[in-house]
Order: sequence, then structure tokens, then C-alpha cells
Amino acid sequence: MQLQCPMPKFDFDFITLGHGSGGLLTNQLLDSGVFDVLSNEKLDKRHDGAFLDIKGKIAFSTDSFVISPIFFPGGNIGELAVNGTVNDVAMCGAIPKYLSLSFILEEGLPMTEFWEILVSIKNACDDAGVIVVTGDTKVVDKGKGDKIFINTTGIGEVHPKANIDIDNVKKGDKIIVSNQIATHGISILSVRQGLEFETTIESDTANLNHSIISLLDDFGNDIHLFRDPTRGGLSSTLNEIARDSQLGIVLEEQNLPIDTQVRSACEILGLDPLYTANEGVFIAVVSEDKAEDIVAKMKSFENCKHASIIGEVIDDHPKKVVITNTMGGKRVVSMQVGEQLPRIC
Amino acid sequence: MHFIWAINVLFKRQIIMKFLSEYRDPVLAKQILEEITRTVTKPWKIMEVCGGQTHSLVKNGILSVLPKEITMVHGPGCPVCVTPLHLIDKAIHLAVKNGVILCSYGDMIRVPGSKKSLLEAKAQGADIRILYSPLEAVNIAKENPDKEVVFFAVGFETTAPANALSVLHAHKLGLTNYAILSSHVLVPPAIEAIMSDEETLIDGVLAAGHVCTIMGMKEYYPLAEKFKIPIVVTGFEPLDILQGILMTVKQLEEGRFEVENQYVRVVKETGNKNAKEVINEVFKVQDQFWRGIDVIPNSGWGIKEAFKDFDAEHKFPLDLVVAEENKECIAGMIMKGLKKPVECQHFGKKCNPQNPLGAPMVSSEGACAAYYNFAGV
Repeated sequence: MQLQCPMPKFDFDFITLGHGSGGLLTNQLLDSGVFDVLSNEKLDKRHDGAFLDIKGKIAFSTDSFVISPIFFPGGNIGELAVNGTVNDVAMCGAIPKYLSLSFILEEGLPMTEFWEILVSIKNACDDAGVIVVTGDTKVVDKGKGDKIFINTTGIGEVHPKANIDIDNVKKGDKIIVSNQIATHGISILSVRQGLEFETTIESDTANLNHSIISLLDDFGNDIHLFRDPTRGGLSSTLNEIARDSQLGIVLEEQNLPIDTQVRSACEILGLDPLYTANEGVFIAVVSEDKAEDIVAKMKSFENCKHASIIGEVIDDHPKKVVITNTMGGKRVVSMQVGEQLPRIC
Repeated sequence: MHFIWAINVLFKRQIIMKFLSEYRDPVLAKQILEEITRTVTKPWKIMEVCGGQTHSLVKNGILSVLPKEITMVHGPGCPVCVTPLHLIDKAIHLAVKNGVILCSYGDMIRVPGSKKSLLEAKAQGADIRILYSPLEAVNIAKENPDKEVVFFAVGFETTAPANALSVLHAHKLGLTNYAILSSHVLVPPAIEAIMSDEETLIDGVLAAGHVCTIMGMKEYYPLAEKFKIPIVVTGFEPLDILQGILMTVKQLEEGRFEVENQYVRVVKETGNKNAKEVINEVFKVQDQFWRGIDVIPNSGWGIKEAFKDFDAEHKFPLDLVVAEENKECIAGMIMKGLKKPVECQHFGKKCNPQNPLGAPMVSSEGACAAYYNFAGV
């Protein structure tokens, strides 16, 4: 059941500089807003920091969220900020437990929008099984931000069976992608100013930790690496894996799972799905002999229905990612330089 | 908003992928490849004119599967690559010094000017916007009556109709704050210039399908005749390009030099009448400087006197001191097909997509960038 909180009565319809002053307005915003919605035993102490209970090896990750527009088909910046960090912690083979949450708000942000984002944050935390234990709110002058920026930091306990390390990646390993790629990037583009087009494409922002943990329960050591190919798309993450492992990667183009509408949009807009951003997608590098079993298991998860073996690790062309198509043609998939720019014709 | 409207229509009818998958069928591709291999008996050098074709050759890995007798030579059809340096400097100047909202196609903004690129100017606070259609720039002008808006209208015959239409549209709306910074180049005079070069070793040409969609095929008959070369109007999908190559190889092996149309589903003999009318209303043929090549007679379109108020070069007279081209860059030799990117001593070393010495390393349609991505496979 998702939280459906009515917004409390605030004195202002918009965020003002006073809401970041640390004084009365800040406390009002926090009391009847943030603390109320995100309430938990640790946050409710309202200390300068939080005291945490953690066992064993810890995974730790941070991320900042500056997406525009802040509301997009399939989600908003709030749930993105939770899922993004939860997923980064999960990629370490860990069970995410605690989050910090910092807002940088631009003066003039409608209170209704802030509220909607806050409620999304709460719902995303509940879905992922994490709690916000500490945070901060600052307000900047109008024009010095873009409505709202969010930073989250996450801490998790490493799964006892996890052995995630780039050094474990070896020749023959299979590369699995958990779901259709490029969906998030195209959903954002479809609502960017000046480029609005009618599609049913929705961002796939989602937590991945439950799927990750379930895979580790069953396959432990056979999973050598998890990665979360967000900005820069699949190409950047795979190039990083090739670079850091000193091995080559070969991909089969026809095995890349891409939604038909997303593929069409990429064609028309002159964009390459390999370079387009993802959210609820992860890459797993796994032992060759367990790859099929792992994909079969993944397909039973709601957010991995299109899991597919897309390629393998080889010792030819070290540090390079090469993709082959059905004609037998090959090309290098290089790391993206700067932002992806549409071609003229 | 015609562009977005067109997308929405295609999405609703769910026909985009049908058109794509049909022209990427691997079984058919293999059949055509086998036929090329069976047909070819001698080494042939074939130039694909358009950067979009270069991009497709590389992206689909076609270069790596062609028989060794066939060498593809990459032509000058990369609009980003041939736009003169001084115009890039002017665009940057307009955005930085004149406070203009400068609108541009995407891959133009990373091309180095004398001192910096539009991308760097944007990072320093200039209002530079990436658009898919010049008509969006007209809307921006309408919505910002207190600002000047300039669209960086570059390209071949393909982008000219929409760029011309934006001028007519702004004129009709009575807008006085819209202008285009125009750099339009034409394919047939460029083929003529390249084929006239004594060093040229090109045996056949794949003409640019989308250019011919607008202009038709008439201009190519005298070229085929004069230089005794087959010219095949070719599309951009893998099957289009393979078929275009096959048709060219067949002509070469049979000693024919005709103009043929591979891209019949789109290109008509007479081109697009409406588009040509719009172009003729706004533009006039003029000599044009091609970056990295030289001035080619009658190879560009300038804005007619009647629409000079929409010509950014007329509206904002700029006398810029333009730095010389980087002498280490051999872009001209590359675009004329005289050298391969890998034959440049700076290729992949001093010159790479992060630090391009010249424009062909910037756009994904540029031969150097295409080779950079392809190298090492």
C-alpha cells in the first residue's frame, strides 16, 4: 500500500529563503513535513547525526540528483534519489539499510511539488526497505538552482555470500543485462521542453536490491560483478569494466533488450540506445556455466522480465568493447565523449 | 513543430520499426554480400558522399564484412565538417557578445572554432539551445520578443527546405527578432570538384539519398557522363548501402557509367517540388567556402536580397579576426578521399574525439570520428 498523505497546511505556497534559514520556518517545514512523513526511530531522535546498528562489512555510496524535468513519465526526482543510491549500494552486493537525504531547494518551488516529491521518497524507501536517518535542507536564491537538487547517501550490510570485485571478472564470463535498456533516458527526453512527443514510454526507475539479494542467496560466488549503468548508458559501464579488468568485452547486438518504442525514438532522434541513460537496470558479470540459470531466475522477478545474456568477457582486444551484428559486422563501442548529441541528418 | 507532429503520427501508427527491421534483415544482407563477392573481380574505390552513409557503414560494421577488393572512400558529406571556421566563430560571438539566443542542431555545438566551441560558450553562460527543427527556433523568437534569436542553419540540400521554411514562417508572423546564420552546401558541385582533382582515384559514387529526395536526380546525369563514373543514389540502412554498393560494382564490372536509383522508395526522379520551391524563394546559388577544402564555385546557397533582414550576417555585421585553421589537420585530404584517417600522423594520438584537431573528428558522420570508433576491431 502506497502512502497517500494529504499535504499539511503551510504558511507559504512556495519555498522561500526563510525555509532554509534554520529558524522557525525551517522547523515548521521539517516538523509538519519531512520528519512527519519520513518518521522512524532513528530520525525521530533529531540529533545532529544518527546512530546506526550495522553488522559485518559495510557498503557505502553517495549520489546527487539534478534531473530536469523533476516530474517525468513513470516517476519523479524523489524516488529517483532513493532508488539511485539504494541501487548503488546493492551493486556492492549489499543489503541497503540507511539513507541520508539532503535537499537544495530553489526559492519559489511550489510547496505542492515539494510535498509530492517527499511522499515519493517515503514510498520508495518503504519499497526498498530502507529508512532515512539524517538529512539537511538548504534554500538557494531563485535562479541559482533548478527547482530541487537532492543528495542521498546510503549504507548497507554486505551479503554474506557476496564476492563482488572487478578482479573476479575473468575470460569466459557472461554479461547479463537485467531488463530493457535506454527506457529512462528516452522517457525523460519525451517530456523535455521543445521535444514533447506522445509515447507510452515510462521511466523504469525502481529499486533493484531485492532482486540482487535474491540472486546472491542462490548464486553467491558465481556472480563476479554487479554494475548499475545509469548515466552514460550501457557503453560507459561496459567500457569501465573492460578498462578495470584489462579484458575485452564482446556484445551481440541482437540480444540487447530494447523496447520497440524506445528503439524507434532513438532512431528518429539520432541517439544510440547503448549511450542512453538507464535507471532500473543492472549488469551482472557471471560464471559461464551458471549464466542460463541466473537469467532464468531473473526472469521470475517483475523488474527483470527481459533479462538477457548480451555478451561475454574475452581476452582479445583488452580494454575494448566490441559489438557484433547479425551480418557479422563489428564495431567498437567507445566511451561516450560528453553529452550525446543528435546528428544533423 | 512539424518534426514532432511527424513523430507522433508514426508512433501512433506503430510503423517506425517495421520500416527499420525490413531494411536490416540479416539474411537478406548476407545474400547481397555474397552477390557482391561473386560479382567483384577487380579492386574498386567507391565514394559514399554522405556522412550519414559513413555513419551507417561504421555503425553496422559493413566495412568489416565487404570483400577486400572494395575500398570505401568517405566523401565530404558531413555538414558539421565543412561549415567554415569563421561562421562558427560568428555563432559564438553572437551568443556571447550580442546576447542572442543561438539555436543549433546538436552535433554542431562541439565543433572547435578558432578559440572555443559553442559547447564551451554555453558553459560560460551563453544561451545556446539544441533543437531538432528550425521551426522550433521561430517559436522561441515568438515567445521571446525582447530577445534576438538566431538559428545556425547549416547543412546540405536536406536541411535547406526546413531552414528556408523557418524564414518564410517568421516573415509571415511578422517577427523581426529571428534570423539564420546560413551555411548551405550543395553535393553535385562538390562531386565535380573532387572528380576534377588529378589525384582522385574514385571509380564510383554512392550519391546521398536524402539530398536526392529533395533535389531529384537530374543534376547527376552530366556528372556520370563527364567523369565516366557510375552514380547510384543510395539510402542509409544496411540493406540500402549494400545494395547501392552491389549496383555500383555491377556497373563497374560491366563497364557502364549510369545514374541509378537504389533508394526508389523515397527518391523520385524530379525530387520534391514543394521543397525546391521553398528553397528557391529564399536562397540563391553562390560560391561557397568548404572548411578543409576550398571555395567551390556555385556550391552553396546564400539568402536572397528580399529576405536579407533574416540573414544574421547582414543583421549583425561582424568583422572578426579569424585564426587560421590548424595546420596539423589534413581534413581536406580526408574529405576529398585522398587520404584515410589512419594515414594522418595525429590520428588517435594528438587528435581524438576529446581533443579534435579538426571537424571530421567531431561529428559521428565525420570520417575521422567514424574511423576512431572503428579502429582496432
